[in-house]
Amino acid sequence: MLEDLELYDYWPYHHRPKITWPNNARLAFWVAPNIEFYELDPPLNPSRKAWPQPYPATQGYSIRDYGNRVGHVRQMRILDKYGVRGSISLSTALCEHHPEIIQMCLEREWEFFSHGIYNTRYTYGMSETQEREMIDDAVNTIEKYTGRKPSGYLAPALSHSELTMDLFAEAGGIYTCDLFHDDQPTPVKVRSGKQFISIPYSLEMNDTIAYVVNKIEPRRYGQIIKENFDRLYQEGADSGTVMCIPTHNYQVSCPHRLKAFEEALDYITGHSDVWVTTGREIAEYFIDNYYEISADDINSKQGTL
Amino acid sequence: MSLDNEHLEYPKKRYGMDHDRYEWSILQERPSITWPSHKKLAIWINVCLEFFPLNQSGTPFPPPGGMTMPYPDLRHFSLRDYGNRVGIYRILKALDAVNAKATFSINGQLTERAPYLMDILKERGDEIIAYGWNMDSIHHSGMSLDEEKALIERTIDKLSKYSNKKILGWLSPSRNESKYTPELLASAGLSYFCDWVNDDMPYLFHTDNGELWAMPLSNELDDAFIMMNNLHSEQSYLDQICDAADFLLNEAQTEGGRILALNIHPWMSGQPHRINKLEAVLHYIKTLPDVMFANGTDIVNIVSN
Repeated sequence: MLEDLELYDYWPYHHRPKITWPNNARLAFWVAPNIEFYELDPPLNPSRKAWPQPYPATQGYSIRDYGNRVGHVRQMRILDKYGVRGSISLSTALCEHHPEIIQMCLEREWEFFSHGIYNTRYTYGMSETQEREMIDDAVNTIEKYTGRKPSGYLAPALSHSELTMDLFAEAGGIYTCDLFHDDQPTPVKVRSGKQFISIPYSLEMNDTIAYVVNKIEPRRYGQIIKENFDRLYQEGADSGTVMCIPTHNYQVSCPHRLKAFEEALDYITGHSDVWVTTGREIAEYFIDNYYEISADDINSKQGTL
Repeated sequence: MSLDNEHLEYPKKRYGMDHDRYEWSILQERPSITWPSHKKLAIWINVCLEFFPLNQSGTPFPPPGGMTMPYPDLRHFSLRDYGNRVGIYRILKALDAVNAKATFSINGQLTERAPYLMDILKERGDEIIAYGWNMDSIHHSGMSLDEEKALIERTIDKLSKYSNKKILGWLSPSRNESKYTPELLASAGLSYFCDWVNDDMPYLFHTDNGELWAMPLSNELDDAFIMMNNLHSEQSYLDQICDAADFLLNEAQTEGGRILALNIHPWMSGQPHRINKLEAVLHYIKTLPDVMFANGTDIVNIVSN
């Protein structure tokens, strides 16, 4: 094990080159619905159990299935209402299990990025060859069902190896959602030397982290989203920021939680200088306009002041 | 380092689910349900009457709400018993104040421990469903088929004798099941069970011994889940239920009948400092337009026609 994978260099959050998003927007806003498939009876990974209970884990499995059966359409309608195209963190096996959901998202020109094959298959313990096979399988599945390879990656169940970024970049990816070190896009170092970046995805705004881990009350979640937005919008006047709300249809789409989420979306999209966009569009815009200048600025700030 | 080949094999990757228990279907694409008299929202209240034994085995896991301290854990034992002695009478009053119909899920052993309460419920004529033998008799795949069958039969037998009614519904302690539980419930003559939380409307669940209705008894809106597991305030419980009722009622305007399912624990909501919030919930939903109270069997009868 390594002390640090050295995926990125230290880059202070002041005096950075100014980012301006399209149409002079100061904040790039994206919503990343995780559309996932959890298996009822996956093979047991030596490092992590999929379910706390012995088979069949009725409760854990069935609430996640609720997201696909009940929650997806609910969240999609709200995103439609506020003109948000989702950037889907996709368990790619869902293309075969639930093609109806894929079709609805295709019709809306949502982005599909890879979240592995199943959210019950972890990267832990995989050889480089195995991880490459898993990544390629997911990339090819997305291309087969949507007509385009994914640009982004969120490792399945946030399970990584030391090579995850390298392998996804080599599979044609340009951005990762797995790093939580910044409120702006940042270059990520990969062994191939390709231009590969991190896009802020936010664990703090993630509904499952908020509801399941931090046990936040629904109305407070709505309030936290607004406050997160307020500060990033304010700072975006100096240099463009990124705000993401990662969602899960089995959390945010429950009947007692949608009101707070909708109010937050109404608030955010009611501001003038917001670029309502997708992960891929942010990544492409940053790479085209700010990658080089950011990399130079980072280089100039290594070592002492 | 590598994983066995099975970790990269996906034998259940196919259209629909990765098991044969029920058909994959999106709630919003199903034929809509119409409640009697064109009501929009059915309020289904399930009151849990539970016995937590002091000599808890904790197999295969300690039941949530059960003993956590070294034997004899009198604090949890007696606080749970409070529900059957004190809390339930507050809850009955609250239900009667708004003429609410309810279902009572009862541990079979309570017929021996609280016959007076059983008589009260029998006299009221409310629906009684089976809730396992006690909270420590968790159904799981490590249990022999005969042992599980005996538990189910004993529970149903006691409750049906006591209530002088055929028992039609089931809720598993901790909502946990063995791989055979649905088969055993179907062969015991039950028509519905409430363990799976993957839908907001009833659906058919296949077993080798015939079909069961899977009833959507929300865990996310359960009083103990919100206030004990999530540690949310009593006021937030009220807010969450009201927000859920508003949302479902609104959805029902265009999508057909919906169900607001409230699972209630007398040891939780029957406390003096919480009962007023349950009363406020009942008052709020009672005064909404086009709602009706229904028990589990009422709902099954409507959807199966």
